[in-house]
Amino acid sequence: MSFNFTVSPSFPNERISDWYIFNTWMQRKLGLPIHLTLHDDFGAQRQAIAAGQVDMIHANPFDASLLVREQGFRAIARPEGSPDEMVIVVAADNPARCIPDLPAGIRIACTDDPCVNTIGRILLEPANLDTGNTRELRRETYIQVAKALLRGDADAGFMPVEAFDGLSSLVRRDLRVLVTSQIQVIHHVFLIGPALLPHAEAITHLLLSMHHTGKEQAMLTALGAKRWQALAQEDVEFMIDILSTLTS
Amino acid sequence: MEDMHPFPGAPTCTPHVLTYTDGTQRQVYVTGIETPYPHGKLIVSQTDTQGIITQCNPSFVDMSGYTAAELIGQPHCILRHPDMPAAAFRELWDTVQAGRQWDGHVKNLRKDGGHYWVYATVVPNIREGRIVGYTSVRREPSRDKVAAAEARYRNMR
Repeated sequence: MSFNFTVSPSFPNERISDWYIFNTWMQRKLGLPIHLTLHDDFGAQRQAIAAGQVDMIHANPFDASLLVREQGFRAIARPEGSPDEMVIVVAADNPARCIPDLPAGIRIACTDDPCVNTIGRILLEPANLDTGNTRELRRETYIQVAKALLRGDADAGFMPVEAFDGLSSLVRRDLRVLVTSQIQVIHHVFLIGPALLPHAEAITHLLLSMHHTGKEQAMLTALGAKRWQALAQEDVEFMIDILSTLTS
Repeated sequence: MEDMHPFPGAPTCTPHVLTYTDGTQRQVYVTGIETPYPHGKLIVSQTDTQGIITQCNPSFVDMSGYTAAELIGQPHCILRHPDMPAAAFRELWDTVQAGRQWDGHVKNLRKDGGHYWVYATVVPNIREGRIVGYTSVRREPSRDKVAAAEARYRNMR
């Protein structure tokens, strides 16, 4: 029997091959058959989770809440580095200088990333903007979100800081960041499901020692992390409590 | 909790005596100066079941004016501003002690006697069916809603 591994679709496309390399390395080190499936969007990933087709996941904070509280997953590590933050961007020639300048009725370009969209909505609250007086334009990728702004199809866009920084300098020159979140306490986590719990110790040890050799450190860098950090169950419970205040 | 002292270098301040739900009192000094909420930030803290602060994030420390060491181990009501009616906090405690989420607009007192407005959400931390503490997350409120809350609290005092 093979175990199923997946990665939250919020990572940049250029890292697809790096996740396959990571999975191959992990299988070899653990001596376990692990199949990596990268879903195109959050909807497809949620369906796989609901169908019980995920045993191991590098999850965004919102999916982590669902998996830990409702499906018996255990968080074992998180990538050390910047926490998950996002930006609200506008075209460079937009007259708005800060969030309260944004008027009711604006069109917001975004993807289906629940984490980025939830934080984005919270950052719009000082302008009294919500789903009732704005219009969401869903796009497949953050490059398409940027294009919607540049073409004038949208007035504001939500994207992770990492995605904004990954845009070409030409595109970034024609955009302007209105606000950057500084939440500091929300981050992706590496979770294992009930079928892998007997291997929890081996998987945790493998991840936490990954940065010890140069080759494996390079693999981590390619995934956008410095090292894996140990995570106590209470750390994750605290993060989930914080998220619950943002979503209800 | 220790009484406040007029903050060195602060402009004219007004003394108030706060009476907490447990009957204890604290002298505070209020300047009327508002510190704007920092855009994009969330203020996060956790308390035990008695409301004693057990952890907080850097935004909490920055906005309160205290150091982290001064905050950890203190009751959360160290931030209570005299303009906040006691009834608002009674409702908060009744709600979270019943295992439910509370949210509302709150005027918090800074160490220097100034204040800052937040939109606060408090949830009980439930572990194995038991409330073991509370997490509070504060975010930037809209000015319209702050004005409405100010008027409401004025009528409640």
